[in-house]
Amino acid sequence: MKALLRRKNLRWLWILLAVVASGILTVALGSLKHFQPYNYVQLALDGLRAGSIYALMAMGFVVVYSVTGIINFAQGEFVMLGAMITLTVDGLDLPLPPALKLIVSIVAGVLLTTAVGALMERLTIYPARRSAPVTLIIITIGVTIILRAVALLIWGADPHVLPAFTTLALEDRIFRIGDVTIQAQSLWIWGTLAAILVLLYLFLQRSLIGKALRACAVNRRGAQLMGINPSRMSLLSFALAAALGAIGGIVLGPVTRPIYDMGVMLGLRGFVAAILGGLLSVPGVVVGGLLLGVVENLAAGVTYPAFKSAVAFVILIALLLFRPQGILGGGEKPAEEA
Amino acid sequence: MNADRELLLDMTDLRKDFEGLMAVFDVSFPVRRGEIVSLIGPNGAGKTTIFNLITGVLPATSGSVRYRGRELRGLRPHQINALGLARTFQNVRLFGNMTVLENVMVGRHARTRYGALSTAFRLPAARRAEREIRERAMRELARVGLEPKAGEGSLSLPFGQQRLLEIARALATEPSLLLLDEAGSGLNGAEKDDLGRLIRSLRGSGITILLVEHDIPFVMGLSDRVVVLEHGVLIADGTPAQVQGDPRVIAAYLGEEVGGKC
Amino acid sequence: MQTRRIPANTVGLVVFALVVFALGAVDLVRPFGLRFSDLTGRVVTLDTMIRIGILTIVVVGLNLLMGYAGQISLGQAGFYALGAYASAILSTLAARHGILPGISDAWWWPWLAMLAGMGLTGLFAYLVGRPILRLKGNYLAMATLGLGFIINIFSAEFPSITGGNDGLTEIPRLRIGEFLLWPMQRYYFLVWGAAVLVILVALNIVNSRIGRALRAIHTGETAAATCGVDTERAKVQALVISAMMASLAGSLYAHFQSAVSPNPFGFTTSVELVTMAAVGGLSSVWGAPFGVATLYVIGDLIKSRMEKILPLQGGGYELILYGLLLVLIMIFLPSGVTAGGMDALRRLRRRRRPDAGEQTA
Repeated sequence: MKALLRRKNLRWLWILLAVVASGILTVALGSLKHFQPYNYVQLALDGLRAGSIYALMAMGFVVVYSVTGIINFAQGEFVMLGAMITLTVDGLDLPLPPALKLIVSIVAGVLLTTAVGALMERLTIYPARRSAPVTLIIITIGVTIILRAVALLIWGADPHVLPAFTTLALEDRIFRIGDVTIQAQSLWIWGTLAAILVLLYLFLQRSLIGKALRACAVNRRGAQLMGINPSRMSLLSFALAAALGAIGGIVLGPVTRPIYDMGVMLGLRGFVAAILGGLLSVPGVVVGGLLLGVVENLAAGVTYPAFKSAVAFVILIALLLFRPQGILGGGEKPAEEA
Repeated sequence: MNADRELLLDMTDLRKDFEGLMAVFDVSFPVRRGEIVSLIGPNGAGKTTIFNLITGVLPATSGSVRYRGRELRGLRPHQINALGLARTFQNVRLFGNMTVLENVMVGRHARTRYGALSTAFRLPAARRAEREIRERAMRELARVGLEPKAGEGSLSLPFGQQRLLEIARALATEPSLLLLDEAGSGLNGAEKDDLGRLIRSLRGSGITILLVEHDIPFVMGLSDRVVVLEHGVLIADGTPAQVQGDPRVIAAYLGEEVGGKC
Repeated sequence: MQTRRIPANTVGLVVFALVVFALGAVDLVRPFGLRFSDLTGRVVTLDTMIRIGILTIVVVGLNLLMGYAGQISLGQAGFYALGAYASAILSTLAARHGILPGISDAWWWPWLAMLAGMGLTGLFAYLVGRPILRLKGNYLAMATLGLGFIINIFSAEFPSITGGNDGLTEIPRLRIGEFLLWPMQRYYFLVWGAAVLVILVALNIVNSRIGRALRAIHTGETAAATCGVDTERAKVQALVISAMMASLAGSLYAHFQSAVSPNPFGFTTSVELVTMAAVGGLSSVWGAPFGVATLYVIGDLIKSRMEKILPLQGGGYELILYGLLLVLIMIFLPSGVTAGGMDALRRLRRRRRPDAGEQTA
């Protein structure tokens, strides 16, 4: 017993050491660029903004993975679709006041993307539900390609615009605290994340369907014996993941200019966040997403901007090699035996 | 007499703890060269777990397993196999994507070797080695009586013959100690007789056998020694006669029959 | 029966080689003034055939890794890139940096570079493979994905060596002594000669000790281990082999295109490679050339026809096709077109001769 305790403490000690070491390294590199404290805060805040989107995406991964055991490569495309559909509807000439039009567009974006998610499950996952993991992975990749290609056809290769929620225009309101600037949209993003967390919690813990979903995630066979239909749960999980992704894309839209291939890098970031959090725990992946956003932005800020993408992948590889069950949350180790 | 024979396998206080579920608790028993030892016990007693611990498929929590003096704990399955231990599986794990002969040929993997260049261009060294592998594999098939089926898909065999194929594959690895996990399960009377004969002939050719079994009469007639497990604990180790009369063994099995299985 | 299959493959390989070389000879000899593309109604050109040949080499390796060893790789384009860049960088040492002027522009230098590239890529695969191949399924997929991306990002980040985003150009053509392996009509034979050789090696591997070990690992890793197979080592070997094949293809690409850049080696390419492997059939080495050819030809066809029918903005119809094909084949024909086709043939044959005995798997 004592031996076990000693081992657990040692692990946290290593993590703590690693954090302190990276912190020192960051400040050292930053001082080369003459960073002031506010620079770090700014980088961290901007990172938290991106991280919130990663968190939303990671939640989508968790929902699908825990219920079906599938890693849905198309999660990033749900984000893209949410943003694109919303901005398209918002760009239409509708006889509505701008605020109302935006709300309608958002609803349309979420609903339509959810429909796409559900369709994806019915048409591609359900028929192959008994296939090997490799096959399912390739199928979700195939869907990703289709969605992206269709997006390219419909919306072209140019970036589009979604107006900021606060001003309903391209220019967003900016708040200043000392030397640090915060876009109003960032508040929308954080607020949405918080709201989603609450709603998701209520849904999963309090509603009957939510409990059924959780039951399926914990023990599929058992849930089946209790009368829960696993294929319907699978459908629900994909729809829910699509909705989560869409919402993430919509609140992100005004900050980055939505483009047909925005799903690729976002999807991969979301996946890294999910792995950080253990792939099975919602709070874990949320923390994972926020952490990833901050680390990524700080690292890129003190070195080269191009390293931003590399950071996510290096973390990914490191995690997969040393701790695939994630750092936070009670993730599961990949099975010992097929 | 028995004590003079070489100690082939020596298990000491072997323990396997699955995060709170103690599957195997400080089990110790020896297996001597030339013996046929059977490991029996009610369901869930930990018999297959012990096999998995010995062959390196599962890591032990504590204790030691020595094979001819060499500690097996920490070695990987293929290393343990190279030392001379081979096994079959309770649920018959054949390579379904290969023929009967190819399955047995896999067993020769560690015993023959030829280089990358020979493989890539099928040089004479490779061809010669392949011929040897094939011949040796055919011989093992003949030993279990499956020679005529060499070219068929491994999964197309009837169940009893699939079990024999697994044994042939294990034999191809040139074991000194053969672990058979419920090799008799699912076989009918005649097939079991054949299996018993095969096991005895294998012992005759110098292979020591450790069996996990459910069929008590089959075991009692075949074994030199019987080891009984219950809930991961060793409760008896002796000749068939000794074990059959042991009140603890009777209680363990009666408990199961009455339906008192935890 | 096992022994009968080997000669069949040899015959198949010889026929395949003859057909491929004959097609190439058309452009060299120009019988009746015909060109290769005339034979196919201008749908398939010699250029396309060379590209198919190059990708076949990569996909054969990928097939060995995914179909036989059962390991998934979503980053194979990374190894492809390593080979291409190795050849590109080493062959232009004299031209770009003035290093080793007498030696590095000799005719045999690029060939040496090609071999060095294969060696280095193989070494890299070995070092990276040990830890990564301990992962399974999804996790392995993501690790290889990340690997491919990292290679891609790094190839764009060091302009002094790799030419950054613009890449390297003016890569010399290959020569043997004074004989230039150019224009395309000549290069075709080099590429397809290499492809035939690689297919031969792959077939030999499949029927060898290591091939059996890989197939065993695919079906039952634990059982294979208890039979004496060092599973970690075997999986790494499969990765190294596939990496070296990809590297060879990359080198051939570099000398064909005479330029390399990060673009053709991204995630899209990795996915295309997996698609081609899957479409052709993961369970047979022959799936590789057929998968590549099928996707290329259909892709070209769609591209040329669709642009006339639906000139919507953007383009990229072949992407939708890739995606759709991938999904449909994985759902209905998970063992790929070649196996599916052979199954269909077998069924047809059985229907015509109902008295023929039941075929075993």
